[in-house]
Amino acid sequence: MISHRHTEAPWMRNLFIGASVAFVGLLILLPVISVFTEAFRKGLAFYFTSISDPLAMSALRLTLITAAITLGANLIFGLAASWLIAKFSFPGRNLLLSLIDLPFAVSPVISGLVFVLLFGAQGWFGDSLSSHGIQIIFATPGVILATIFVTFPFIARELIPLMQEQGAEEEEAAVLLGANGWQIFRRVTLPNIRWALVYGVVLANARAMGEFGAVSVVSGHIRGRTNTLPLHVEILYNEYNFSAAFAVASLLALLALVTLVAKAALEWRIRAEERPAVMEEVV
Amino acid sequence: MLRLRQHSVIPGFGLTLGYTLSYLSLIVLIPLSALAVKGAAQPWSQFSEAVFDPRTLAAWRLTFGTAFIASLINAFFGLIVAWTLVRYDFPGRRILDALIDVPFALPTAVSGIALTAIYSQNGWMGRWLQPLGIKAAFSPLGIVIALTFIGLPFIVRTVQPAVEDLDPAVEEAASLLGASRLTALRRVILPALQPALIAGFITAFARSLGEYGSVIFISGNMPMKTEIASLLIVTKLEQFDYAGAAAIGLLMLVSSFVLLFLVNVGQWWSTRHLRRAA
Repeated sequence: MISHRHTEAPWMRNLFIGASVAFVGLLILLPVISVFTEAFRKGLAFYFTSISDPLAMSALRLTLITAAITLGANLIFGLAASWLIAKFSFPGRNLLLSLIDLPFAVSPVISGLVFVLLFGAQGWFGDSLSSHGIQIIFATPGVILATIFVTFPFIARELIPLMQEQGAEEEEAAVLLGANGWQIFRRVTLPNIRWALVYGVVLANARAMGEFGAVSVVSGHIRGRTNTLPLHVEILYNEYNFSAAFAVASLLALLALVTLVAKAALEWRIRAEERPAVMEEVV
Repeated sequence: MLRLRQHSVIPGFGLTLGYTLSYLSLIVLIPLSALAVKGAAQPWSQFSEAVFDPRTLAAWRLTFGTAFIASLINAFFGLIVAWTLVRYDFPGRRILDALIDVPFALPTAVSGIALTAIYSQNGWMGRWLQPLGIKAAFSPLGIVIALTFIGLPFIVRTVQPAVEDLDPAVEEAASLLGASRLTALRRVILPALQPALIAGFITAFARSLGEYGSVIFISGNMPMKTEIASLLIVTKLEQFDYAGAAAIGLLMLVSSFVLLFLVNVGQWWSTRHLRRAA
């Protein structure tokens, strides 16, 4: 990888490698392994009963619905925001960029808290909502809102730097050739950003399906109705139903592992697409 | 509206500007300002009682203390891991690299129960620590372990690019001038990595302050002893004490904003500094 002429002595190198492997193995790998061993502790039959339990299934359903709506909403926003920021220059652009990143700096519980303060029983809009019979907190809309909030920057964050780097020349050429806005987006912009788009969606999806703190504050933990998979894990665990909790948790762990594999594959793909461009520059 | 921007032939400025600003306001700005208003618009006596009563003070001390220790541990090992991943080739390097991202991808509730299972009395680690008189789960040590788990990727992923960017000529010069490898590591390489290390430390620290899911299972949540600030917010909300929850939440939000602002200023300063030096 690198010329080893000025590198550390072998004993030191082995010490560093050993320390890294031991630290990461104990801290990170051990918990991942334990999720699966705990999940299968009571056998396969118990495992499949736990994950096909009606309450687990309804939690899975809510998790899937929430993720689908969240990703759709944040995808449209990500495309609009990146088009705006990358293709036009206007005052306040940097401020807008920082504002889009804000939810990254907000901790999970606070991400739920803000919606309780708005829509909860004693929140700003609590009275008018309840007089119209609309419930947001302790109901599905609250779960979805909190999830949209925590995953808000993910897709925009992937698209903006890429589209800024690509500039607006291809789009400008398309305008001159008579293409309309939608055609430009479909035929010119989208093919250039598709892998970054998928990358953003994959990361946002992992967070949307796994979010715990924010959702826990707004959901009310109503079984069969406002429980997502992570909340279901918590309830089972607090009932000392450990094997069932780990069985459901293993589904989420599997999602995380699939996400990491997809992330690595996409990074490889994105780099592979960038390489020919670099070659051209060199030539 | 159109005069806002420089002339461009590309369509969609008005539409995307309108949509971006409305969506941003509805999802992010209005909810966050609700917290600011609800938290700040209460008499000082009420605010300070919510934020500084003994139970909350104990939670602040615990939250900041455990986050600080965990981030220190991560700064030390994270530096070694980042160095190892960039500089050495060994079997399993790619797997080690991929494992660093696990805390990002694994839902916090899952890491929480897994860590608790490992470090409780009968767990894989707990059964070794128990005879030594070390109680890991349901103690502040457990919180440190959970925060170390979630904080590691922040340090490694910040330091890794800095190690990649190190100028080999500087290391070569140090060795030609007769410095031993240890001296070069300490006097030349470490100072060059320091800005990234500090940025990673603060980011991990800020993130640890608000961590919830991976902590609440292993902490045991005893008031005055192992109760973190995020959990106090949840407790206050369950008692419908919105103002108290907002007060604690506002203080947490301000602290993490200040910390992340410091990181940004630091990065801005060091790039400017480097550019001037070059």
